[in-house]
Amino acid sequence: MSAPHSAQFDEMYAPDGTVRRAYSEYDAWLGEQDRLSLRHKGAEAESVFRRTGITFNVYGEHDAEERLIPFDMVPRIITGSEWRRLSRGIEQRVRAINAFMHDLYHRQEIIRSGRLPERLFRNNDAWLPQMVGFTPPGGVYTHIVGIDLVRTGPDEFLVLEDNARTPSGVSYMLENRETMMAMFPELFSRVKVQPVSNYPRRLAKSLAACAPECASAGSPTVAVLTPGIYNSAYFEHAFLADQMGAELVEGSDLRVFDGRVQMRTTAGYQPIDVLYRRVDDDFLDPLTFNPASVLGVPGIMDVYRAGRITIANAPGTGIGDDKAVYSFMPEIVEFYTGEKPLLRNVQTWRCADADSLAYVLDNLPELVVKEVHGSGGYGMLVGPTASRREIARFREKLVARPANYIAQPTLALSTVPIFTRAGLAPRHVDLRPFVLMSPGGIDITPGGLTRVALKKGSLVVNSSQGGGTKDSWVLDD
Amino acid sequence: MLGRTANGIFWMYRYLERAENTARLLEAGHRMALTRGTVAANEEWRSILTTLGQLAPFQALEVDFTSAHVCDFVLRGKGNPQSVIAMLELARINARACRTSITLEVWEAINEGWMTLRDLLARPVREASLGNVLAAIRRESTIARGATHGSMLRNEIYSFARAGTFIERADNTARILDVKYYLLLPSLAYVGTPLDTAQWDNVLRSLSGERAYRWLNAGRMDARSIADFVVLDRRFPRSLAFCYAALRENLGALAQLHGQEGEADVLLREVDQLLNEGTIEAIFERGLHEFLGRFIVRNQAVASAIAEQYRFVA
Repeated sequence: MSAPHSAQFDEMYAPDGTVRRAYSEYDAWLGEQDRLSLRHKGAEAESVFRRTGITFNVYGEHDAEERLIPFDMVPRIITGSEWRRLSRGIEQRVRAINAFMHDLYHRQEIIRSGRLPERLFRNNDAWLPQMVGFTPPGGVYTHIVGIDLVRTGPDEFLVLEDNARTPSGVSYMLENRETMMAMFPELFSRVKVQPVSNYPRRLAKSLAACAPECASAGSPTVAVLTPGIYNSAYFEHAFLADQMGAELVEGSDLRVFDGRVQMRTTAGYQPIDVLYRRVDDDFLDPLTFNPASVLGVPGIMDVYRAGRITIANAPGTGIGDDKAVYSFMPEIVEFYTGEKPLLRNVQTWRCADADSLAYVLDNLPELVVKEVHGSGGYGMLVGPTASRREIARFREKLVARPANYIAQPTLALSTVPIFTRAGLAPRHVDLRPFVLMSPGGIDITPGGLTRVALKKGSLVVNSSQGGGTKDSWVLDD
Repeated sequence: MLGRTANGIFWMYRYLERAENTARLLEAGHRMALTRGTVAANEEWRSILTTLGQLAPFQALEVDFTSAHVCDFVLRGKGNPQSVIAMLELARINARACRTSITLEVWEAINEGWMTLRDLLARPVREASLGNVLAAIRRESTIARGATHGSMLRNEIYSFARAGTFIERADNTARILDVKYYLLLPSLAYVGTPLDTAQWDNVLRSLSGERAYRWLNAGRMDARSIADFVVLDRRFPRSLAFCYAALRENLGALAQLHGQEGEADVLLREVDQLLNEGTIEAIFERGLHEFLGRFIVRNQAVASAIAEQYRFVA
């Protein structure tokens, strides 16, 4: 796949080898460092991660083995002005997604106006009829959103995906910064970077601001609901609960009575006001959704609909993650904000359309094809790096269920260098900023999580598929 | 705090304590095997496996009672759910589930300890390195205990941690003494007769109390003094009386915090009173073996009452 590569944008170095402005201070510092001691620092970082237990479990691996997400020491740097532009676009998009949720579960103006086909949510498992006509406390559906961005040029940021159900990875954003500051304190006194460490406090504040009316004024009880220690993101659940000073609860700790969701403490049952759940909709309430679920709380949806608990994110927001819905996001943003979208989508072919399908089938080796409901980089085809056999096999799946897929061009994703044994080498990156929403407004932590494909030329940055992470800096300039 | 978390903390410290005590038993056993003939060594390993409640599963393997076989089985035996590595794994699983209730220092101590021992116990332990491995187990447990001591708030969580530690320690001490005593002194008539000093020395070693005992008793080795030391001496941190003083303190703190006492407090007071007011003569009169047997049962009842009272499970 040499063609897109020759045009790829490296965020640190211009094609003539000069260092771009965002990286100039960092590059000056780097020039003074000793290569060998830097390599030692890398090993040090890994042993810190292992010791502190920053691991994730990989689904389907033997014994749910805990693996580290590799961390690369070269930061990903964005200037303050780039970030300001970017965050305006993110805020606009998140507002639109929240308004879209409200509309979808109420009057469905966007469907009536003919801008969105009804089939998008009919027969879509992510759309929950139980939410129809109900408005969650404060009118907030998407309390926490992760917008996946990719960069293709100096001013070209595109949205790759919207994560509106339970975006993960924020603990890596925080730990990566801690690690960098521990390893290179002098670097941070030299380069002024906007802090991220207050994210847990901002999250706690944002969640508390969404508490239902029955909550005790001033200090609502917030709890984080985790599926348990074998979940791939358990570390993050524990980390966030710990940092927020909230209880980390499992379904077995919770019970519904007296019209409230209550947790079993050593001193008896105590009501919860806000539940930051890291359990999928389907497992939330065995009485309403999947009856076999043991991860959720029987009856929680009744309490929710009675307005006596806040669930973050609201059930049914998964429809915003849907890749078919994604393809309509420019229309959605314009419909609800009355403005042109500030952030562009990646061009997307909906295979449900016969014309698009024909184009996609003709151009499979150049395209990235994704499952509409898939996530985590599973079930996708990256045409340029796939073998003939893989493409042929994928073609069969595509023809069998075209509506299940969308296709996008193989983007010339920007690169940022990583440390390798042979020195710096460019690798493709994306960026997931984390956005908090409450009746008080939208709060975006500067930066986010940069994921990096560690394999040369690879475009798949998912940690479950061999991706790593970087500390992401927004300069305080 | 959540009842489930209290349960996790309680058991995490029980498992740590048990792993440590198991290592101590093996250390004492190995020393015995080195200084005695094969027959005596076999007997020693048999009694250790009895103490640990692992005699039957070991016998099912149909191998000899050698140091290598017994230690391998107890430390890392595949299919031995009570092996040291299995207990450390359980301690770590509980620590992970209670991650928000322990400090980073405690978590790191447990996680690192587990990583170290997992590597040490990945292959059969050669006799030459047995000492190192056993010392490593005690060291990791000591580090975890030290981190707990030095970094945890003195609150409810700490009380459950201590309660778990001392319930387990009391149980282990009682078992070690019981098995030894039963094997060594089959009949009351033997009380007061000259003892097999090495055997008794070994009881003390299993409890890391040989030096303390000698220091306090000027080298006098008799069943009465040793039992008195192990059961009733409040200065010795592995004695039953010490464990119950610590339990009383920690359950007292919990009752105060919750504003009420319960079944656990009542049961605890009864056992504590026995240890407080009893003399070793009175205990011998009714039989040490009977006494220890009853103690183990009552200690278990206290543990169950704690779980009930503080809603460990729904």
